[in-house]
Amino acid sequence: MASVKRTFSDLRLFGRGYLRNVAGLFFGLIFPVILILIFGAIFSGNNTGEVTVYLQNQDRSVSPPFADISWNFTEALNSTAILNVQSVDASENFTKYLSDHSSSDGIIIPANFSLNYALQQPINLTVYGNPTQSTNGIILGVLNGVIDFFNLQRYGGAHIIGIDTATIGYESPKYVDFLIPGLIGFSILVSPMFSMVNISAEYKKNKLFKQLSLTPITKFEWLASKILFYVVLAVFSFFLMAAVGIFAFDAHITLTVWLIPFFILGPMLFCSLGMLVGIAAKSVESASVLGNIITFPMMFLSGTFFPISIMPDYLRSVAHVLPLFYIVDGLNNVMVYANYSAALIDITVIAVVAIVIFVAAAKLFKWRED
Amino acid sequence: MCKLHKPKGAWNGMNPIEVSSLKKRYGEIKAVDGISFTVKPGEVFGLLGPNGAGKTTAIEILEGVRKRDGGDVKVVGLDPWGNGYELHKKIGVMAQDFTFFENANPREAIKYYGDLFDVKVDPDEILKEVILEDSAKNLFKNLSGGQKQKMGLALSLVNSPELLFLDEPTTGLDPSARRAIWDVIRGLKAKGKTIVLTTHYLEEAEQLSDRVAIMNYGQIVAIGSADEIIQKHGSAERLEIHGTEELANYIKKNTELKVDYDGKGLISVSLDRKTDALTALVAAEQSRLEWGEIHTRRDSLEDVFVHLVSGTIDEHGEIKAKENTSYHRGR
Repeated sequence: MASVKRTFSDLRLFGRGYLRNVAGLFFGLIFPVILILIFGAIFSGNNTGEVTVYLQNQDRSVSPPFADISWNFTEALNSTAILNVQSVDASENFTKYLSDHSSSDGIIIPANFSLNYALQQPINLTVYGNPTQSTNGIILGVLNGVIDFFNLQRYGGAHIIGIDTATIGYESPKYVDFLIPGLIGFSILVSPMFSMVNISAEYKKNKLFKQLSLTPITKFEWLASKILFYVVLAVFSFFLMAAVGIFAFDAHITLTVWLIPFFILGPMLFCSLGMLVGIAAKSVESASVLGNIITFPMMFLSGTFFPISIMPDYLRSVAHVLPLFYIVDGLNNVMVYANYSAALIDITVIAVVAIVIFVAAAKLFKWRED
Repeated sequence: MCKLHKPKGAWNGMNPIEVSSLKKRYGEIKAVDGISFTVKPGEVFGLLGPNGAGKTTAIEILEGVRKRDGGDVKVVGLDPWGNGYELHKKIGVMAQDFTFFENANPREAIKYYGDLFDVKVDPDEILKEVILEDSAKNLFKNLSGGQKQKMGLALSLVNSPELLFLDEPTTGLDPSARRAIWDVIRGLKAKGKTIVLTTHYLEEAEQLSDRVAIMNYGQIVAIGSADEIIQKHGSAERLEIHGTEELANYIKKNTELKVDYDGKGLISVSLDRKTDALTALVAAEQSRLEWGEIHTRRDSLEDVFVHLVSGTIDEHGEIKAKENTSYHRGR
């Protein structure tokens, strides 16, 4: 018969010990916040979003009234607020100039640009770019838009189709909106997992489990107390991260009761998994290696730092067998999309895995030696 | 809270521990090889032996934290492995090299154990009993070796057990810390606790135990009080005379006594009867040879121990078995 008194007494002693351990506190609470600050600053800071492109204007044709068409064209590119056009003197070797400036993006306006425009002769711009980089697509897109405008104008035409921007109820999610659920998932994984791997291996080595086996506390009570502790830590950590995200980066995330299952099932899953790893390992050192082998791929492949939609298909398949994926996916569904039916599927998957691993950990873990 | 002295009658005629033909092997190694003994109410029972003799394996089986391979064991009337959970509520255990959560202090640890055992405890009283009041609020990781052992003792007392297992309680401690632990154990004995103690310090066994079982090769090679063991396994009482080899030969020739000479001026005469001493002294006097100091001597527990386990005692009083005696392999 499990005893609540024993569980809470163990929780109290463990919690007190944890609070006295500065390193544990740092990794449990402060580290995820630092990650939000760093990633948030990188992706949501004062980035103007402009793409730098080098442009060499080789047009020397003078044929009024079209003498300054190439200049107008350059100004039109600049005024899009998407491109930051840097002029390169016509006397420069353009390709050498690009490589000297560590850039692959460049545009050459050919000689007789203005004249041929006036005479309605075909003109070909030369565009340098690396097709594997996203900047190349942006430059080509903007360039095509400006070219179409100039072509249209040459024949006296006007725009018929225009664009009005609108939203579908919520603002388009920003990177930081994805980052916060991801990092909450990260802290739900990392704190209990690393801690329990270490504790289980260390207690086994120091015979602390044997010590506990001489008291009435049971394996279930002991493990339950650790899970409760990491549930509390996950909730604290959540509020801290959400506050930083909202106040520092204006993140748009929803706070709802739907978050609760993740804060309970997540620590349950990873405490139990950490314990399994710790008791399976032969030494404290090998436990830590084994813990890292499991934790790090899961950390990066579960959509924690970047959405799995940008991953190739085979990595996406890998993500779907990682329990953290369902936590991060579920948190995104709850906090960003308010898609609760999808979140329910995530919660069900996590619940099943958590219960299986919890029972396995408690059963396989031996207080006493044969 | 620790109950005060409970009369030995609390055991209702039952022996706290009864062990019969206990066996445990690790692969080919016979760690415990068919030992039998009984621990009586209120006594301090010492398991003495060199490292690797099987003491810890034996005591862990009695504590219910290790499974036995054969034999019968009853501790407070329970099978320690089958009824471990019940047993642990009734006994106190201080494990070898006691460790605890490093960021907890002794006072918190005692309260924690009180909650686990569901008993009301007064941490101060227990800390006083093990003489650890001054370190009540020091974290475990900052305690000295002796203080850590005392904390282990304190925790073993939380559930007021009548039977205590102390596995090498002073190993690795300096002499003054060791004596401080001895004082605590003597205090517990005075309260009527039954105590099983393993040690590889001969002096510790002699100082604290009412009865001793000497273990070697996983077997008990001698058991009883120190006097009983000496009487049974030691050589008979002897008369020692400081004299020359010539005198030794004279006594040997003129009496029927067994006489040895150690080559360094000490003549040793075995005394089967007390009057043999008189016979030897009369012969010495008749020899008209010089002889000096005389005294009678019996084997000490140390002499018997060295003889039984073919080991040595080092300068710290620790028993060292000869290398090939630490474990013996099964046939």
